[in-house]
Amino acid sequence: MSEGFLTIREVSKRFAPQLGLGDRIAARLGGAVEARAVQAVSEVSLTIRRGEALGLVGESGCGKSTLGRVVAGILPPSGGEVRLEQEPVMANGRKTTTRIQTVFQDPFASLDPRMRIGETITEGPLAHGLVKAAEAGSFARRWLETVGLDPDFVTRYPHQFSGGQRQRVAIARALAMAPDVLVCDEPVASLDVSIQAQIVNLFLRLRRELELTMLFISHDLGVVRHLCERVAVMYLGRIVELGPTGEVYAAPKHPYTRALIEAVPKLSGGGAAFRPIAGEIPSPLDPPTACAFHPRCPLAIARCRIERPALREVEPGRRAACHRAEEVSPAA
Amino acid sequence: MNAEALRAFWDEFSESRISVAALAVVLAIVAAAVCAPLITPQDPYDLGNLSLSDARRPPGFVGSKGYAHVLGTDAQGRDLYSAILYGLRISLQMGLVAGAIALSIGGTLGIVAAYFGGRIETLIMRIVDLQLSFPAILLALVLAALLGQGKTQLVSALVAAQYAYFARTAFGAASAERRKDYVEAAAATPLSGSRIVFRHLLPNSLPPLIVVATVQVANAISLEATLSFLGLGLPPTEPSLGMLIANGFQYMMSGRYWISVYPGIALIILIVAINLVGDQIRDQLNPRLRR
Repeated sequence: MSEGFLTIREVSKRFAPQLGLGDRIAARLGGAVEARAVQAVSEVSLTIRRGEALGLVGESGCGKSTLGRVVAGILPPSGGEVRLEQEPVMANGRKTTTRIQTVFQDPFASLDPRMRIGETITEGPLAHGLVKAAEAGSFARRWLETVGLDPDFVTRYPHQFSGGQRQRVAIARALAMAPDVLVCDEPVASLDVSIQAQIVNLFLRLRRELELTMLFISHDLGVVRHLCERVAVMYLGRIVELGPTGEVYAAPKHPYTRALIEAVPKLSGGGAAFRPIAGEIPSPLDPPTACAFHPRCPLAIARCRIERPALREVEPGRRAACHRAEEVSPAA
Repeated sequence: MNAEALRAFWDEFSESRISVAALAVVLAIVAAAVCAPLITPQDPYDLGNLSLSDARRPPGFVGSKGYAHVLGTDAQGRDLYSAILYGLRISLQMGLVAGAIALSIGGTLGIVAAYFGGRIETLIMRIVDLQLSFPAILLALVLAALLGQGKTQLVSALVAAQYAYFARTAFGAASAERRKDYVEAAAATPLSGSRIVFRHLLPNSLPPLIVVATVQVANAISLEATLSFLGLGLPPTEPSLGMLIANGFQYMMSGRYWISVYPGIALIILIVAINLVGDQIRDQLNPRLRR
């Protein structure tokens, strides 16, 4: 992985609640004040090649959105750093590049309700001098057309659109900044299934036309299979498996990945074959020791409670963080 | 807000007859105050027009200039009807100017506090809280006494007494907006802090501020009247409503009620009408009260 285009190096993100004045005085006086910090992301290292689409999957609360926000330059990491072609994405807690743009999950929240969508699209490019004020109108119209909307919509407000249309506007806004990397945080999760397919196809087309590099965050394994060459599986803030999407789905090397794939309801085979993963996702306030998955893992052995498995190369191009990776059977 | 939303807003507003009536009263008073020189028989600020022989005459008295004083005259021989309209003019002017300045200062402070958070928030909002913990009239009194008489001084005192209400409201609204995705999207572009504050947070925090503004204009007017009544407002040569009431107060017990009562009624009608309009706007903008 020497040709790292986007490099995520040992990124950690910890959310510590800020102590109030009273608590701080109590702590100063020797009181037992407990600040319960959440370790949302722990020492994640990933590299994404130019033009590649990497899927990031996992259950709710596993830290995938937090990692996406760190990569997008919205949240400063507590440790490690993100670099795009050797250039740091953030400096002093502020984003310094426009080459990474973001599409958010909820298109009803991510567009300013009091701004016409034409202005929503041109605001960033104008502020960064990517387009001249005189050309802003035709610029916005062109982008609306690119994402499959009527160019005459430029004077409308977000509330006049459906969810799918709004998400197209949000995509146009992100792409109008001419990014090299697009971070998509569950961009289809809040849409109707029929609309989801349209938006996924839009992503496929735009990726090809604009040679985008993508970090695609989703809990929907099917969408990721459609869109991404490689997939990273996250569990409680760590990457537990990484590899080409097809291979990972066909023959997972981590029991968690296998459980995730089996938990996807299938139409074939008759009857309800839905088997949820045993147990609840543990609280990130108080994660299990060593391998975080051991309390729910069917393959857990004593070693899993003592020693945290490293993300090691199991097969060429395949990595998994499991002591018994070689023994994981293919998904049923 | 676009034309379509405005029309929907008006349709809902007009369902309440009281609110429409109140709005009509406010507009009528504003119009009368603006046109005061055209519809009054006397310029009460021009001392050459006043005649002491006409002083303290009851309503309906026909004075030395040949016209009837429909609401009577005050101790200087001013026609009360004219003085009330001119006084309303000053009161509205003070209320609107003070309200607008307090809105921009307080609104900006509140939104800046919400956007930056941390120490800036603590600094701004604790000062605001401190100020809200004692009555606005007290601060206005102290400031008016310190700064002296005059329109600028009075507006400064009113703004200082009222900006805190706007700051509180703006802070609350902007804190809620701050957490929404579109602000994060703007920060992720990245856009500058001032652009996010003024182009995104401010327009979205405006509705509750408008509500507070209507009520605070009414409060500014009554605060100004109070200060004038206590002799700390405008100079006696340009009486506002408060001063007219104060001037007539000493004659109340001698049966010359009209000098105080008519300006008082005008003041009450104005303040009640503005508050009714403000209440209706608040109810309409509050989604929790929606039917």
